[in-house]
Amino acid sequence: MNLPIYLDNNATTPMDPRVLEAMLPYFTQKFGNAASRNHHFGWVAEEGVDYAREQVAKLIGASEKEIIFTSGATESDNLAIKGVFEMYKEKGNHIITTVTEHKAVLDACKHVEKLGGKVTYLPVQRDGLVDLETLEAAMTKETILVSIMYGNNEIGVVQPIKQISDIAHKYGALFMTDAVQAVGKISVDVNRDGIDLLALSAHKMYGPKGVGALYVRRKGPRVKVTAQMDGGGHERGMRSGTLNVPGIVGLGKACELCYNEMESEAARLSVMRDRLQAELTVLEESYVNGNVAHRLPHVANISFKYVEGEGLMMAMKDLAVSSGSACTSASLEPSYVLKSLGLSDDLAHSSIRFGLGRFTTDEEVDYAIEVTKKAVTHLRELSPLWEMFKEGVDLDSIEWAEH
Amino acid sequence: MAYSDKVIDHYTNPRNVGTLDKSSHKVGTGLVGAPECGDVMRLQIEVDDNNVITDAKFKTFGCGSAIASSSLATEWLKGKSIDDAMAIDNMDIVEELALPPVKIHCSVLAEDAIKAAINDYRVKNGMAPIELEKSHH
Repeated sequence: MNLPIYLDNNATTPMDPRVLEAMLPYFTQKFGNAASRNHHFGWVAEEGVDYAREQVAKLIGASEKEIIFTSGATESDNLAIKGVFEMYKEKGNHIITTVTEHKAVLDACKHVEKLGGKVTYLPVQRDGLVDLETLEAAMTKETILVSIMYGNNEIGVVQPIKQISDIAHKYGALFMTDAVQAVGKISVDVNRDGIDLLALSAHKMYGPKGVGALYVRRKGPRVKVTAQMDGGGHERGMRSGTLNVPGIVGLGKACELCYNEMESEAARLSVMRDRLQAELTVLEESYVNGNVAHRLPHVANISFKYVEGEGLMMAMKDLAVSSGSACTSASLEPSYVLKSLGLSDDLAHSSIRFGLGRFTTDEEVDYAIEVTKKAVTHLRELSPLWEMFKEGVDLDSIEWAEH
Repeated sequence: MAYSDKVIDHYTNPRNVGTLDKSSHKVGTGLVGAPECGDVMRLQIEVDDNNVITDAKFKTFGCGSAIASSSLATEWLKGKSIDDAMAIDNMDIVEELALPPVKIHCSVLAEDAIKAAINDYRVKNGMAPIELEKSHH
């Protein structure tokens, strides 16, 4: 076992060596511009892109003509939201999303508001799931788009996508989903799930950074988005810019590997994740955040009360995880996702996200369990809050000086 | 962001962790910060008849820099007179631990904890609390 151990696979994943192998020829030998229609070099590059388009489409049950390559999911989210808002402004100006979305979606929505759009940010329930009745109540005649993520990046909660898209369609709106965390991890099918637009990223599924895609439905309905970048009219006029051929080939290969291995991989990961979670929640005053039944197989977000997340991570040396605490940010605000679940600030500050991945081993999980338990115990010995809790002091009864 | 060696040292081997008898008239306790903000420090001093701090203990809920700041504070407090302890400035802590700008609030909290402990001691022993500048964190 090599240290440090990487358990932050929701932030990014290591690239699979098979993906790298597929990409390599496209840097030096097959370096052509996929838009060069009149010579061998262009054709070879285009062939690589076309094949990748099929690989991506197959993973999400789409047609290859519906895949627009981008620089990543942030761009895909922006293109979908701003592009739909511009394209459908005759029809309406209202967009519905949720408070637990990724910043790429939330900030694109904020931008739309500046342009005169109306955005409803739906709350979520304590388990992180959207309440369908609340969604339906928010729908209006002006609603052109509902944008709700497939699986959450912090807590792994998977939304009831089919029911959500049904509601959007019932009111004549399009349904878009940021599926960055879900694609390649669990079964995602644009037709089964009723998805009109979908954002995905290569580096969250063992592909390279800097490349992603936007799925844009072509039939029933034919969806269009206004390009957000002007230029050569690549990607059916929706995204100009010379194609990142090696990256796209890598994304395609990454999708193919996920398509073939996802099912067995999800089973393997959920067993490991459940074991990690069970061992760590043996610790007193530790809580799992988010719905545990509707959840990605490789994520566990756990709050260890009375210890602060960043301090905890420092004690979990050689373990790369992530915390909902934000002691490093100027605002000192803990995770907005955890706060949206109704978690108190102190519990949000005490959270750790464990994100397992394709290369995580049982031995590494054993190590993570041992190190985390030790770290929590050590920090509780240092924690005045833990001492007060143990003495039966009601922490809410103390007048804290908020700073 | 990487931590300085001194922060890591105090974090890994914190000095003077523990609890003094807060009911003793010789002991002053300062509890500052708030769980909502992700930082709570409790700093205690024991003072002898000559106004010299003979012992200091802390417990901190917070990040590595907060733990290191309070650990360092207890180290500095031992053997100091109350007056000298009052003069400890948060920037001394920032310098000693090489704290980056985003962690300066940890040192401010440590300074607040020292002053709160001293005032608790003063009030317990019939002295007026020292008027403190409102800290700006």
